[in-house]
Amino acid sequence: MSTNRIDARFTVLKKSGQKAFIAYFSAGDPNLEATVRLVPALAEAGVDVIELGIPFSDPMADGTANQAAAERALLAGTTVAGVLDAVRRIRAGGCQVPILFYSYLNPIDSYGIARFAADAVAAGADGILPLDLPPDEDPALIATLRAAGLHTVCLAAPTTTPERKRFLARESRGFLYYVCRLGVTGERAELPPDLGEQVAALKAVARAPVCIGFGISTPEQAAAAAAPGDGVIVGSHLVRLIADHGSDPDLVGIVARRARVLADAVHAVRT
Amino acid sequence: MSSDATSAPATASAPPKRNEKKQSWPDAKGRFGPYGGRYVPETLIPALDELTAGWKSLKRDRAFQKEFQGLLANFIGRPTPLTFATRLSQRLGRKIWLKREDLCHTGAHKINNALGQVLLARNLRKTRIIAETGAGQHGVATATACALIGLKCRIYMGTEDMRRQAPNVFRMRLLGAEVIGIDAGSKTLKDAINEALRDWVANVRDTHYCLGTVYGPHPFPVMVRDFQSVIGREARKQILAAEGRLPNALLACVGGGSNAMGLFHAFVKDAGVRLIGVEAGGNGNDFGQHAARFDGGRPGVFQGTATWVLQNTDGQVQNTHSVSAGLDYAAVGPEHAWLRDQGRAEFLRCSDAEALAGFHLLAEAEAIIPALESSHAIGKLAEVAASLPTDGVLIANISGRGDKDVAEIARLEGLKL
Repeated sequence: MSTNRIDARFTVLKKSGQKAFIAYFSAGDPNLEATVRLVPALAEAGVDVIELGIPFSDPMADGTANQAAAERALLAGTTVAGVLDAVRRIRAGGCQVPILFYSYLNPIDSYGIARFAADAVAAGADGILPLDLPPDEDPALIATLRAAGLHTVCLAAPTTTPERKRFLARESRGFLYYVCRLGVTGERAELPPDLGEQVAALKAVARAPVCIGFGISTPEQAAAAAAPGDGVIVGSHLVRLIADHGSDPDLVGIVARRARVLADAVHAVRT
Repeated sequence: MSSDATSAPATASAPPKRNEKKQSWPDAKGRFGPYGGRYVPETLIPALDELTAGWKSLKRDRAFQKEFQGLLANFIGRPTPLTFATRLSQRLGRKIWLKREDLCHTGAHKINNALGQVLLARNLRKTRIIAETGAGQHGVATATACALIGLKCRIYMGTEDMRRQAPNVFRMRLLGAEVIGIDAGSKTLKDAINEALRDWVANVRDTHYCLGTVYGPHPFPVMVRDFQSVIGREARKQILAAEGRLPNALLACVGGGSNAMGLFHAFVKDAGVRLIGVEAGGNGNDFGQHAARFDGGRPGVFQGTATWVLQNTDGQVQNTHSVSAGLDYAAVGPEHAWLRDQGRAEFLRCSDAEALAGFHLLAEAEAIIPALESSHAIGKLAEVAASLPTDGVLIANISGRGDKDVAEIARLEGLKL
C-alpha cells in the first residue's frame, strides 16, 4: 500500500526543517470548474495540503465567510458526487497535492459512508476532517473511513481537557488540528495569547504533526502560529478572496498569488 | 388549585416520587436506538460533559429539587388543570380532556424547561444564557427565567419568526433580554439554532445554551424531557382521579417535540395508551411547504443529533413551512423517532388549514384560544376521536395559549385589528 500523500508531505517538510501551509476553501465556490483549476494553482504556489470543504446547508462551526461560501457552492449545484468528480479530474491533470476533505457528517452519511470512503480514495483524496463527528461518537464509522485509506483528522480545542487531548492525539491520522480559539471559523485581528502553551501540550502527546487553524489570515499571523507547531491552516481569508473575485477571469491567479505570500511566510519559519 | 367544576382534582405538592418505571433509554452516550448522540464540534464536548454530570448530580439534589418544585408551584402555577371539554366531547362522542399548559406563567409549557435549565446553569456558575426561539414562547420563557434568577440573556430568532410573532419579541425585550434577528437561510428556527450553537462554541466557558426542546446533542433531549415530564405525571394522576382509568390516547403537536414528550413520558410504559404526535403538514407535500419529518424526511444527522430530517438526496437540509412558527423545523427529537420505530408512538400531519380550523374550534366550543402550535393537535382531534372505542377517553395537550397568534391569524384571514 502506498504512503498517504499527507504523510509523505509532512516527511519531506520535516527533512527540510519546514512547517506546512494548509489552505482551505469550499469545493464548488463559485463552481466546481473553478475548484479544478484552483487546486493545482494553489499547489504550484506552495500550498502543502489542500483542505477542501464539502458544502453543507447548516455549517454550525463556521463563521459568515464560510457559510456564504457553502451557500454559493450549493446554489451552483455542488453535490458530494460532483466534489469527488472534481478531485478525480484534478488527479487526472497530474496534480499530486494532498487533498483533505472538511465536511459535516450528513452529506457524506447521506452518500453512504462506505461508498464515500471507497469513491473518495478512488478519486484520489487522502483524508477527511469530520467537523461534527468526535472520534468516540461513532468509532465504527471512523474505522470504515480509515480502512478505505482515508486519514481521519481530529480537532482539539482550547477547552479540551488534558485527558481528552491524549485521546484525540492518539486517534488523529495525518495531523492533529488545533482549533486555536473558541468560536467559529473567520478572520481575527490577533492570535490567542495561550497558543504556544496549548500547542506544546498537544505536541507532547501527539505522534502526528500538530497544525493550527481558526482565525489566522495574515502572513505575520501565519508565521507566528507556525512557530510552535508543525503547520498552519488559513481558510476564511482565502474564502473571502474567492467571494470578492468570484467572477473575475483572474480569480485563480488572485487566490494563488495570495497563497504564495502566505506559504512563503510559513516556509520561512524553521524548526 | 382550580375551583372550576370542569377541572379534575389537582395534585399539587406531591411530585418528587416519580411513578413511572425506570426507562432503558437513552443509553450512557445519549442514544435512543440508532438516534440521538452528540454530533458537535470538539470545542463543545467539555461543556456537554459538564452539563451531563451537572444534571445527573442536581437531579437528585434535595435543595435544587426543593427550589425547582417550589417555583413550579408558586411561580409557574403548577399543577396545570386537566379540563373536561364538554362540547367537543358531546360532538365527537368520546371523552375529551385538555391538559392546560396554556395556563402556565408566560403562556406555554416552555417555562418548565427554561426555568429548570436556568437554575441548573446558575448552579454550574454560568453567568450568561443564550437560547433560540421559533414561536417566541421558549424565548419568552428563557427571558423570564433569566430575569427571575438574575442572569444575562440573549435570544436568537429568525427574522421571519420575529415578524409573525412580534408580541413575543416585545415581551422578551420587556424582560430585559437581548433579541438578535437571524437573516440566514429560511430565517426561522433552524437558522436561529445554528447561530445559538455558534455563540455557544465561542463563549462556552461562561455561557449556558438553554435549548428549548427535546433536541440537539446529549444531554439535551433527555434533560429537557426530564424537565417537561411533569406534564404527563400530573395528567396521569389527574385522569386517574377524574375517570378512574387511563386514557386510550394522548394527542400533542410535535415541532422538536418537548410538549409531546413531556406528556407522553409518564405513559410510555402504559402499553394501552396510544401516543399520537401531530406534525405540521403546511400547505403541500414538496420540500419547503411543510414540516412533516416522518412523512417526507429520512434519518440523518442535524444540529447535534441523529434523527429524522427533511433533507434532499444529497444530505442538504431543506427549508420548511408551517403557519405555526413553533413547528416550522426540519427535524424531530430523537426519542420521537425511536418511539415511532418501536411502534409505540404514531404521527399524523395536520395542514395549515386544518390547524386554523382547530384554532377556531377550540375558541368557539371550549372558550380557549390555543397557540397555533397546539391548534395542530386540535385539528386532528375529530379524526383521532373517531378511531377510539365509543367509551374512549383522550387527553389533548394545549401546549400554549394563542394570544401571540391573534394578530397573525387576523392577517391571514384578511382582517384588520
